[in-house]
Amino acid sequence: MNAIVDRLREQVLEACGRRRLEIRGGGSKSWYGASDPEAEPLEVGMLSGIIRYEPSELVLTAYGGTPLAEVEALLAQHRQWLPFSPPHFADSATIGGAVASGLSGPTRWGHGALRDYVLGVRVLDGQGRVLRFGGEVMKNVAGYDVSRLFAGSLGTLGVILEVSLKVLPLPPATRTLRFACSQDEAIERFNRLAGQPLPLSAGVWWQGEMTLGLAGARAAVEAAATRLGGEVLPEEAARVFWEDVREQRLPAWKLQEGEVLWRLALPPTTPAWADAEDALVEWGGGLRWLRRPAADDSWFERARAVGGHAMRWRGARTGGRVFAPRGAAERAIEARLKAAFDPDGVFARRLPLE
Amino acid sequence: MAETPSDSLSPTVSREAFVAELRRLLPEDALIHDEAELRAYECDGLSAFRELPWAVALPRSEEEVVALLQTCHRLRVPVVPRGAGTGLSGGALPHPQGLVLSLARLNRILALDPFARTATVQPGVRNLAISEAAAPYGLYYAPDPSSQIACTLGGNVAENSGGVHCLKYGLTVHNVLRVRGYTAAGEPVVFGSLAPDAPGYDLLALAIGSEGMLAVVTEITVKLLPRPQTARCILAAFDSVRAAGEAVAAIIAEGIIPAGLEMMDQGATIAAEDFVHAGYPLQAAAVLLCESDGTPEEVEEEIARMGAVLERCGATEWRVSRDEEERLRFWAGRKAAFPAAGRVSPDYYCMDGTIPRKALGEMLEAIAEMEREYGLRCLNVFHAGDGNLHPLILFDANQPGEWERAEAFGADILELSVRLGGTVTGEHGVGMEKINQMCVQFSPVELEAFFQVKAAFDPAGILNPGKAIPTLHRCAEYGRMRVSRGKLPFAELPRF
Repeated sequence: MNAIVDRLREQVLEACGRRRLEIRGGGSKSWYGASDPEAEPLEVGMLSGIIRYEPSELVLTAYGGTPLAEVEALLAQHRQWLPFSPPHFADSATIGGAVASGLSGPTRWGHGALRDYVLGVRVLDGQGRVLRFGGEVMKNVAGYDVSRLFAGSLGTLGVILEVSLKVLPLPPATRTLRFACSQDEAIERFNRLAGQPLPLSAGVWWQGEMTLGLAGARAAVEAAATRLGGEVLPEEAARVFWEDVREQRLPAWKLQEGEVLWRLALPPTTPAWADAEDALVEWGGGLRWLRRPAADDSWFERARAVGGHAMRWRGARTGGRVFAPRGAAERAIEARLKAAFDPDGVFARRLPLE
Repeated sequence: MAETPSDSLSPTVSREAFVAELRRLLPEDALIHDEAELRAYECDGLSAFRELPWAVALPRSEEEVVALLQTCHRLRVPVVPRGAGTGLSGGALPHPQGLVLSLARLNRILALDPFARTATVQPGVRNLAISEAAAPYGLYYAPDPSSQIACTLGGNVAENSGGVHCLKYGLTVHNVLRVRGYTAAGEPVVFGSLAPDAPGYDLLALAIGSEGMLAVVTEITVKLLPRPQTARCILAAFDSVRAAGEAVAAIIAEGIIPAGLEMMDQGATIAAEDFVHAGYPLQAAAVLLCESDGTPEEVEEEIARMGAVLERCGATEWRVSRDEEERLRFWAGRKAAFPAAGRVSPDYYCMDGTIPRKALGEMLEAIAEMEREYGLRCLNVFHAGDGNLHPLILFDANQPGEWERAEAFGADILELSVRLGGTVTGEHGVGMEKINQMCVQFSPVELEAFFQVKAAFDPAGILNPGKAIPTLHRCAEYGRMRVSRGKLPFAELPRF
């Protein structure tokens, strides 16, 4: 692996000041974030393999290019999982790409986000420095938490050579319940339930149906299911449903020509907008998906007004803004962080700093 | 290598002129500049390190905080933010030419929203006060450092504080949604969001645990969780520390994440029992506390499974708390371990390394060896579930040389933590205390990157300078000192 890292370092240093590089693991999320058509791919998929995994330590360390499927299969053999259910979007998805994109799936509601599980990284930055931050232990406050900074940084700071993640035992029992209700009723119900000691894992509403995923100790799941009622989805149907949500395969995510898919991250108690009955609601109200004609860019402001933020996730962008704007002081800090790790701007502009 | 900000910082005014400036900004009762009164602020919970600041400011409003920051920024006067001063690493140690910015009077709970399960508080609010305010709604704030009666949320954010329940419920970084505050220059900033995430880089993650070096936080919004319906605790005894350590790994291998999983060695057990009479078995080489929380059915199931594992792992005795009173008694001893150490010894020095759980036995044997080498006793308490160790080195500061021996003993433990694949600090922070050991854990380029992160937030370098991240010069000096003891050479470091 050292030879691969050396070669990547040479490629980065050689490109500095000449051209930009887009870090590419499996290419499964290459459409995510802003696009930088001039950047050339820097292939890192060959940095592959699980470095250390001891189930009783609850930590897995892998090279960044390790297929996500390989990581998940190994964990499943030991009845463990990545509780943030990272989306794959293609079989080629890698663990480094999952971390760089920072994306979490439906179980983020009950179990936390990807960034909550990042314990450490080893990175190659834009100056060719190989740096290790964090580590392989659960509690670590030595130095700034730079490993979490790399989560969701979209390859703009450096190549994730290795990553250590906290993993957890698979919940012994799961159950999926379905209820008919309006979007507003669902948002109200999600928030009421989340304030009670229930084994909630995932909560989705779409087209008049609220779907609740429970996961936890057998006794707790049984008791909650009995109390909550609703229609119980058969195990296989439930598995397919949650995978479809994680991979965005439901029709709510299918775009027509000229449409944009909006991702709205909102305070979970935000009431439904009257003109957004067609939204798909995830994370118990905290995440909402909307398809709208490309010309409608009101959502940046509407999400901001309620304390959230919008993103043009996919579809026609016509060169417009992708991510919500940040404040002036935050932008200045971000620009200086970018300059610290990538002073020549060698990495593709997937997360614009404007 | 770039010069570090703290090397070049020196105020452009005299102490007298600075105090005169402060008097224009704040009422007299919000300022301390008299030497006798300044003594109260000369150290935090780590009293071995003391320094008198130029002045202490106790603002009552955000406007005053901004005015203070702008003034200090303009005059290049270092600012050391401070909460309740309970920190254990000297993070709030004053700068000898600086201002201590106490946020203790910003102590209001600004909002508590039971529907959204959030509380928005000022930094001087005490950790436990949030859970007390949330209790009527069946909610609580999960991170529970042992000092939670006194420590403030602002301090918790600065240190990324943990507690005995963080294996299951996370650290401060997992339980804070958003902070609002000011840069060193006094510009307003917001990190994080009330939504599940925020656009751009995760500046919230950098701010949490930054030891007051990146920004001054004036408002914190935390997540509140539903209080578990019930909790029960197992007290288990083992005739060797290694067997207890194996039991910890076996519980986790069983797929159980206990709400709390703590270990005490015999010395700590005896000291705690003598202090609070928790009913601990005094013959045991190690005692484990294993807590389960949740619904009554869930807890019963988990307690039975943990009991079976403990039995299999050779527990010589184990019992389950019969009621809440007994559960709290089991915990009382563990939570009082530090004061208990204070009763058996004039002074004690608390360490905070984290190691992979599997290395626990090796670490304990090494500590026993170090006790002989340094001629000092050490009591061991651990957050065993997450590998976070708190060895308490007993010494008498009035005996010449004992503090120096305790400090060297502690340094050995921390450096062994790094060699075993762990870290020099799990939850207490680097502060002033572990700054030398940072040279062991990080390479020169990594330290340089940390300084660049610092400069991204605070280009002038006025916030808590000289803490947490050692200069390369310091590391070279430290390397020379340690090499002379035949350990840990720093071959790659330039010598200045």
